[in-house]
Amino acid sequence: MAFFLETLLGGLMAGMLYALVALGFVLIFKASGVFNFAQGAMVLFAALAMARFSEWIPAGLGIMDPLLGNVLAFVGAGLVMFAVAWTIERLVLRHLVNQEGATLLMATIGITYFMEGLGQTLFGSSIYKIDIDMPKDPVMILERVFEGGILINKEDFYAALIAGVLVALLSLFFQKTATGRALRAVADDHQAAQSIGIPLNRIWVIVWCVAGVVALVAGMIWGSKLGVQFSLTTVALRALPVVILGGITSVPGAIVGGLIIGVGEKLSEVYLGPFVGGGIEIWFAYVLALGFLLVRPQGLFGEKIIDRV
Amino acid sequence: MSSKKIGDVILDVRNISLKFGGVNALTDISFNVREHEIRAIIGPNGAGKSSMLNCINGVYRPQMGSITMRGQTFSHMDSHQVASMGIGRTFQNLALFKGMSVLDNIMSGRNLKIRSNILLQALRLGPAEREEIMHREAVERIIDFLEIQAFRKTPVGQLAYGLQKRVDLGRALAMEPQVLLLDEPMAGMNVEEKQDMCRFVLDVNDEFGTTVVLIEHDMGVVMDISDRVVVLDYGKKIGDGTPEEVRNNPDVISAYLGTSH
Repeated sequence: MAFFLETLLGGLMAGMLYALVALGFVLIFKASGVFNFAQGAMVLFAALAMARFSEWIPAGLGIMDPLLGNVLAFVGAGLVMFAVAWTIERLVLRHLVNQEGATLLMATIGITYFMEGLGQTLFGSSIYKIDIDMPKDPVMILERVFEGGILINKEDFYAALIAGVLVALLSLFFQKTATGRALRAVADDHQAAQSIGIPLNRIWVIVWCVAGVVALVAGMIWGSKLGVQFSLTTVALRALPVVILGGITSVPGAIVGGLIIGVGEKLSEVYLGPFVGGGIEIWFAYVLALGFLLVRPQGLFGEKIIDRV
Repeated sequence: MSSKKIGDVILDVRNISLKFGGVNALTDISFNVREHEIRAIIGPNGAGKSSMLNCINGVYRPQMGSITMRGQTFSHMDSHQVASMGIGRTFQNLALFKGMSVLDNIMSGRNLKIRSNILLQALRLGPAEREEIMHREAVERIIDFLEIQAFRKTPVGQLAYGLQKRVDLGRALAMEPQVLLLDEPMAGMNVEEKQDMCRFVLDVNDEFGTTVVLIEHDMGVVMDISDRVVVLDYGKKIGDGTPEEVRNNPDVISAYLGTSH
């Protein structure tokens, strides 16, 4: 039982991070109808910026305090992501209004490769580390309930906590503020949103900025765990099944989907893995998502597509 | 109706021509709208009525001609800029924010009136909070006016068609527009719903003094409520005047009923 709970908790914590990346996809898709293939590249780009700024800024300004250095690096990387959002809107999206989904997807694939290249040119292509001083030691909890207690990784716990807080803040922002309302309005109907005076271009910049910040936080957490390297881009690909499962149009879907995938991966690895020789974790999510597609193509919480014939 | 005072020209449409590829959707259309009047645009299917409305609204950009609102001429404007000039609209095929509640839909119509910036809103600081309450009060008045109090929190996608049309109108009213463009506000409605909608349009015009430009198929409705009527056929203007004048215009009669050859 204790072992099961341990696996479950590990899955939930990993799932929260998937949810965070999936949220980046959902936000942009809802607001602009663009399936943003570049989300992974944005994670890498943001993480690279953060990693290098945390070397350059303290060195340049002679700051000794690691916390202050990290905060400045985070702010700097946030500004970089803002510039990225603005540039993408100005140079790409603005010219592709009302184009087919496939055209927009191709455009984001182009952005992906461009950003991967540019990121490595600007910030270098080695492996860098982000040291935000996450506690690495594992802790035991519930020792009184179970013999030996449950082992959880503190780092995972904090990562999940940060992701959870960010997701909660974003939900509040979307539900409770006038700008959030405008964002939801644009997501539902571009034409109508414009007719009441909501400027699409500005909304898109805001959404891409939010997606950029989400990418930055995801990149920071993953970067501090695994190091900042090119393979970070694949993190976004692992969030794809989450988006399919939860529904590309649903913010709660991204969260629940992330948790399901996280838990599913861990449980299947532990309990099914031995029977098929292990390595399930890598493909389990995709198979789960595929199965889901057959039953509920719109995902768990997605809008049901009803077409008039 | 005769008691209301009709003012100067508020919206002036001059020599508008609109082409889609080789198709002439509109050819050299001119007409004006006076303050406080209800101005109808009628015509058979495909006459270019919606195209005309979409030109005024900035959805389409006509190749030729100009549109002047209160002395300000615009030719290359986006819908949201047109909105900021005080022109609101409703849609023929409902374009509501389906996932949002009635309240949120109408609140979103206040977008242009919101002054506090995104940071104040996010932190829910005093001014932003007070402003939100003020807008909420305005929206509640509109909800009362349209008699949809009971559906405040309902997602609009779940409402009956006639009620959705009201929400569409409410969202446009929340902008407090000077000119309100209504694209077939009564399309697809039953007799009762039509009567309700007529009453709302007349009340909006009367109580708020809003100038109304509407497209409508139902001739009875048009002749009853409008002050002046423009008639389009195949993208050309074939009649303009009071309902009485238009009714007796031979070109209009032949466009609607056909002529004997």
